[in-house]
Amino acid sequence: MTFWLVLTVNSITFGGLLFLLSAGFSLIFGLMRIPNLTHGSLFMLGAYIGASFVIGVFGVRLNFWLAAVLATLAVALLGALAERLLLRRLPGEQLAQVLVTLGLSFMAADFCLMVWGGDPLSVETPAALTGFARLGILVFPNYRLAIIVIAIIVAMGLWLLLERTRLGAMIRAGVDDPDMARVVGIRVSQLFTIVFALGAGLAAFAGIIGGPILSVYPGLDQDMLPLALVVVILGGSGSLLGSFVGSIIVGFIYNFGQALLPELAYFVLFLPMLLVLILRPQGLFGRYVP
Amino acid sequence: MSRKLTRRQVMAGTAAGVAAAAFKFPTPAIAQAKPFKLGLLTIKTGPLAQGGIQMEQGIVTFLKEKNYTFAGRKVEFISADCGGTPAGTKTKAQELIERDNVDTIVGPLAAFELLAITDYIRDHKTPCLSLAAAEDMTQRRPNPYFLRASATSSQAMHPMADFAAKELKLKRMITISEDFAFGYEQMGGFQQTFEDNGGKILKKLWPPIVTPDYTPYLAQISDCDGVCQGFAGSNPLRFLKQYAAAGLKFPVVTGETGGDDALLRSFGDDALGLYSCCPYTLDLNSASNKRFVAAMNKDYGVDPGFYCAGLYVNGMVIEAGLQKTGGKSDDKAALMAAMKSVSLADTPRGPIKFDHLGNVIGDFYVRHLEKANGKLINKTVKTYHNVSQFWTYDEKKFLQQPVYSRDYPPLKS
Repeated sequence: MTFWLVLTVNSITFGGLLFLLSAGFSLIFGLMRIPNLTHGSLFMLGAYIGASFVIGVFGVRLNFWLAAVLATLAVALLGALAERLLLRRLPGEQLAQVLVTLGLSFMAADFCLMVWGGDPLSVETPAALTGFARLGILVFPNYRLAIIVIAIIVAMGLWLLLERTRLGAMIRAGVDDPDMARVVGIRVSQLFTIVFALGAGLAAFAGIIGGPILSVYPGLDQDMLPLALVVVILGGSGSLLGSFVGSIIVGFIYNFGQALLPELAYFVLFLPMLLVLILRPQGLFGRYVP
Repeated sequence: MSRKLTRRQVMAGTAAGVAAAAFKFPTPAIAQAKPFKLGLLTIKTGPLAQGGIQMEQGIVTFLKEKNYTFAGRKVEFISADCGGTPAGTKTKAQELIERDNVDTIVGPLAAFELLAITDYIRDHKTPCLSLAAAEDMTQRRPNPYFLRASATSSQAMHPMADFAAKELKLKRMITISEDFAFGYEQMGGFQQTFEDNGGKILKKLWPPIVTPDYTPYLAQISDCDGVCQGFAGSNPLRFLKQYAAAGLKFPVVTGETGGDDALLRSFGDDALGLYSCCPYTLDLNSASNKRFVAAMNKDYGVDPGFYCAGLYVNGMVIEAGLQKTGGKSDDKAALMAAMKSVSLADTPRGPIKFDHLGNVIGDFYVRHLEKANGKLINKTVKTYHNVSQFWTYDEKKFLQQPVYSRDYPPLKS
């Protein structure tokens, strides 16, 4: 009984982390039609930068949350630069964009190896969230429960941004029909930079939030990127609801699949994605057919 | 007589010049200073880079200590990055052997890389000393040009199981390790010896090598009195963190990679209490280990672990082999035989010698992860002497049973 309960709760918490990881990817893919293969590396960079500040670097040791904010801003800036200097020169050329983002991800991985070395970094759980919560017969770590709360807060924040601000309206217009949006006078290229920076920042935030659970190590980018892809394909790109629902679904598939069919773990994870691509290519809630 | 240069004179002069150039003046009998070329196949990029970088640190530390001179001969060291793929390893091995003409290779890191080049190094008669633990390389399909001074996958697990059964008095354990050969061979060895000593393995869990979240497996660990893990690379860190976060408190035992001294700098308090059995231990009191650790601290600012020590010891074996052949390396078979017959009393991993299949017989240390002066240490609690790849089993019988795999030994129902 506890076994099923643990798996269910963990599916939701892992889904929360996946939402943070994939929301950015979904936005970028939905608006800019760029499959951002650097997304995993941005996740890893955010984790490394955040971990450095938590552990202490150049004599500065920061509180976990402050480190998370700093990492998010730093990587958002990097994302903005990458978009302006590199991706902007390749409008509409999807293959070139894929290759450039892929190349950037290799460079980022090597950069992290050079700076932080090959050893894994352990990120301490923030002091307020250590310990366990008792939910009936179930004992569950506080931090993992906190991740659901954080994911919901971020989801609400993003929803408010998309639905209630002018910027959000422009983004939604750009996702639905970029050409019409341009005709109407929306500066789509400026929007692109903002959205790419937002997506990168979200990825970095997910990286450091996931730090206490996943630790930070070379190869983290390649381990997490496929999960982001599965979520976005399942849920639909450019849709916040799609990312959220997709993350929870993938959380369940991951947990129950690994527990019940460990030899088929990856098969179970990617089969739904394949089915969606064949039967309903825009995903559950997506607007854009990749 | 006119001093005109006739064609005949030119021809004669040219002929004389060529003859003089071709004539070999007898060279004095000074040994030709052809350097001994040592090639390293390692991984310096990608997820396996952690071990690969440490391997290079280990061998370079030894070379520096010997001033790049083995048995009076200068050593030329060439390092190659295989990238962690079999194809990359094959390419780099070809470069080292055919282009750079190395005399001996150390590395590669991973078993799948070694298996990709085993026929090639045998055909080219290049001695190879690797840490790759694939058992059959020195058991059912031995390669005469392969020498392993570290351990087979199960060599450290047999004594660990012995310790778990006899000293920790564990009886019902669950094993969890990565879903590939190194995991199967470690857990197979553990299971065989644990069950021979009255224990029982209840479940064997095999998460894929890439598993960000171990919770689906941790949820299956219950109703036992101990856990045996065999994770490698950076997975042990994540596993132990998530194990503690899941509230599990059963004692955990592991092998050479799951509690490596090089991970002590990354581990947090959730690793406290871990028992590991390793061919190398940081606190070994041998003179060479003290030198080795001091040099690693000075050059790299880190404590060495299993990967560094393994390559350092490989260097010692090569040097001792060259001492035996008087510095000669042209006869590869003779060099190989010399290295195989090496027996060293003082290495960072204690005394070593090789069995007839090219695998080491040496000491294995059981350590307990504790805190001392605010720092995590692996404290050696028991030493098993003269452990071979066959433990206490008869060699012929052992080789007749199948290689340890996912389903061998089978679970007792």
